[in-house]
Amino acid sequence: MNIELREIRKYFDHVKANDGISLTLEAGKIYGLLGENGAGKSTLMKILSGYQPADSGEILLDDHTQHFSSPAQALSSGIGMLYQEPLDFPPFRIIDNYLLGRDNRIALDYKTVSAELNEYASRYNFSLDIGAFIDTLSLGERQQLELIRLLAGGAQVLILDEPTTGISAEQKQLLFSSMRKLAHDEGKIIILVSHKLDEVQELCDQAFVLRRGKLVGGSDLPCQNEKLVEMMFAQIPARSERTAMAQKELALELRDLTISTYRLTVSGINLNVCVGEIFGLAGLEGSGQELVLKACAGLLPSAHGKIILAGQDVTGWSYHRMQKADIAYVAAGRLEAGLVAGLSITEHVVLAQPEHTFFIDWKTSEQETLNRISDYQIVGTPDTNADQLSGGNQQRLLFALLKTPLKLLLMEHPTRGLDVRSTNWIWELLYNRREQGSAILFMSADLDEIVERSDRIAVFSGGVMSRIVDAKQTTVEELGHLIGGRE
Amino acid sequence: MNTKRIASALWPIVPILGALLFTSGLLLLFDASPLEAFQSMFKGAFGDQSKTLSVLAFWIPLTLCSLGLLITFTAGLWNIGVEGQIILGSIGASWIALKVHAPNAFLQITLELIVAMAAGALWAALSAILKTRGKVHEIFSGLALNNLAIILTNYLISGPWQPPEGGTFRGTTPFPDAALLPRFAESRFSPLSLVFLIIALVIVFVALRGTFWGLKLKALGKNPFSAFLLGVSSEKEVILAMMFCGALAGLGGAVRVLSWFDSLRQSISGGIGFLALLVVMLANYRLIWVPFIAFFFSAVLNGSITLQLRTQLHSSLGGILTGLLVLFVLLFGDPKALGLRRKKEEQNE
Repeated sequence: MNIELREIRKYFDHVKANDGISLTLEAGKIYGLLGENGAGKSTLMKILSGYQPADSGEILLDDHTQHFSSPAQALSSGIGMLYQEPLDFPPFRIIDNYLLGRDNRIALDYKTVSAELNEYASRYNFSLDIGAFIDTLSLGERQQLELIRLLAGGAQVLILDEPTTGISAEQKQLLFSSMRKLAHDEGKIIILVSHKLDEVQELCDQAFVLRRGKLVGGSDLPCQNEKLVEMMFAQIPARSERTAMAQKELALELRDLTISTYRLTVSGINLNVCVGEIFGLAGLEGSGQELVLKACAGLLPSAHGKIILAGQDVTGWSYHRMQKADIAYVAAGRLEAGLVAGLSITEHVVLAQPEHTFFIDWKTSEQETLNRISDYQIVGTPDTNADQLSGGNQQRLLFALLKTPLKLLLMEHPTRGLDVRSTNWIWELLYNRREQGSAILFMSADLDEIVERSDRIAVFSGGVMSRIVDAKQTTVEELGHLIGGRE
Repeated sequence: MNTKRIASALWPIVPILGALLFTSGLLLLFDASPLEAFQSMFKGAFGDQSKTLSVLAFWIPLTLCSLGLLITFTAGLWNIGVEGQIILGSIGASWIALKVHAPNAFLQITLELIVAMAAGALWAALSAILKTRGKVHEIFSGLALNNLAIILTNYLISGPWQPPEGGTFRGTTPFPDAALLPRFAESRFSPLSLVFLIIALVIVFVALRGTFWGLKLKALGKNPFSAFLLGVSSEKEVILAMMFCGALAGLGGAVRVLSWFDSLRQSISGGIGFLALLVVMLANYRLIWVPFIAFFFSAVLNGSITLQLRTQLHSSLGGILTGLLVLFVLLFGDPKALGLRRKKEEQNE
């Protein structure tokens, strides 16, 4: 199957998300779709996968015009999309999830379907225990299930949106080899949407680059990274400089901390974070880093041990009390945990201010909001609702809401889903914070980020903090091994 | 953009029109003239001064409760218990009216109103604390407390507050005149209650638009966890919002016993609380529409009381019309529901 996109346009009010994009994709090839945040990649892929219609333009599959009104319709025409968050039902087993999308008869035929599922799994070397419950699986395994579901649904074209975020190195290699098999042996079209140039170089045959809703170029791969970067940004963004700032003074001390949840227990955490230090927590998703961050923020109770903030015992304090003691927590889900959809930027700024008057002075607040919008380079007006902002701007808003000064800043995935420029910019902000004397404790699924940005790194695997390494003395490869639990 | 805004502003008219059309169809099925029916309904509501005043007198407690519910809805709470809060307000006002004899009418009425509002607020606080401390959803506690409030009324009427001449099981002895709200021209309408309503309207408007409290409720209603992370204490705000609504409902209950009736009766609320929930939903949770929609409901229900005298139709036609309205609100009440929704969702992406 060949795909042709002709003059695809999609405007959101005055924002031109897609501004006349034309592309041709051939069977048997792997394509990379590149572009910074807000370049229009997601919009274009959502149009192709039937999630939303274009304002104008045509989609041709093998020279026939198609109109998709739903993702299900697109899948029946052979186009399937793998979203960043798998579309599954965690309380169910793998087999149930699979059946849900496949079989709508009253009596379910488990036997045939199990055989089908196992066959798909073995063809691509996925090892899935079909009786396992979804919530016991890793993100990578859930992704494999999703892939099989799409393939069984008849997908000839697979769109993968940032598929390597949050999965392990082995799972990534498995994913890539299955992609190669699907494209080169079975003649399917694979479209990889990614920020990670190295991955695109490694996997894809050809890349297309979008900038501000327009197709600005393409290249056969592999090619020079600089060439792609130049197309994405029109100039090469400078890497932010890292300065070593750590002082001897202790900002945070964890003494023999144990945190218990029904899923995972983390025990015996001993950690010292100095004023001005950036401390990275590395590990696979769900290895316990998140629990430590949440416990430090007062969101989870500790079963045992002590949390000491600048010499003061804060064990057992509530989140709001921690907040008053100059601890801030930035969660990974922006609109789920941090921002309120439906509230404007100004309303967020007012809510986040530490001091309040009974009546709101909207005029002053709006002025303050305008200042922050320009300080934090948010693309939006004071009246823009948080959910109308792009992901990168939502992240900027979260940082704009942090109070100053902070003793401790706790972050989950500070730059997840952001492009190089936004990432650099966010880290500029964080470096400023450390210069003002904040200690920073963060977790990230991106090992490059952890090695590059941290002063020291704590490695987590399966609820155990196995060791602390100096970021300058380690490499991504070494860290990858440590995370996998190997020495 | 502009036409969209106008369309969304005028939206509440759509379900009203839909319900009127559907009712007309029903009437035609029974060989009744819709025109005649609606005409006599209109006459029943606005035919003479006393009827119009009745519509007003019914409208005031209904709007008071709706205003209270606007606060709880903003905070994301389903205060079904508003019905019970009205009843407790009535009981509170009745208690003072029956048992306390203040030296002058001003003191007497002030005391009645304060106790009524406090009773409504405390009844609502029970629901709130069950929610924040006991993790009981406010819908369930509200329903339970509504029943308890009805039982309490029945107990008082047939027990301790029974008229000396014997139990009719219908109500207490009429309150002394000094204990009642001053009423206009022999009607059930008290101009004073209109003053309360205007004050409540202004307070709710300012609370939602201009206070930090209103903003906190808004955040809590839209995303409790984010609101918590931003520093909003959900327990405190939930209790306050419920108590605020309970106080307004209690005031509505006081208006019911002190001007619509002159004693505590068996079904003192008459379903005003449930009606108020519909008013707020039909108003699309917007303050500006609340008084008008409440007025429409009041006119329909009062207008259909005398329907049977004029036409061969049963007075429950008003109930049918409001019932249909509810269904049409659920169908069309959200302007995004028809086609517009898809667009909106895409924009959010």
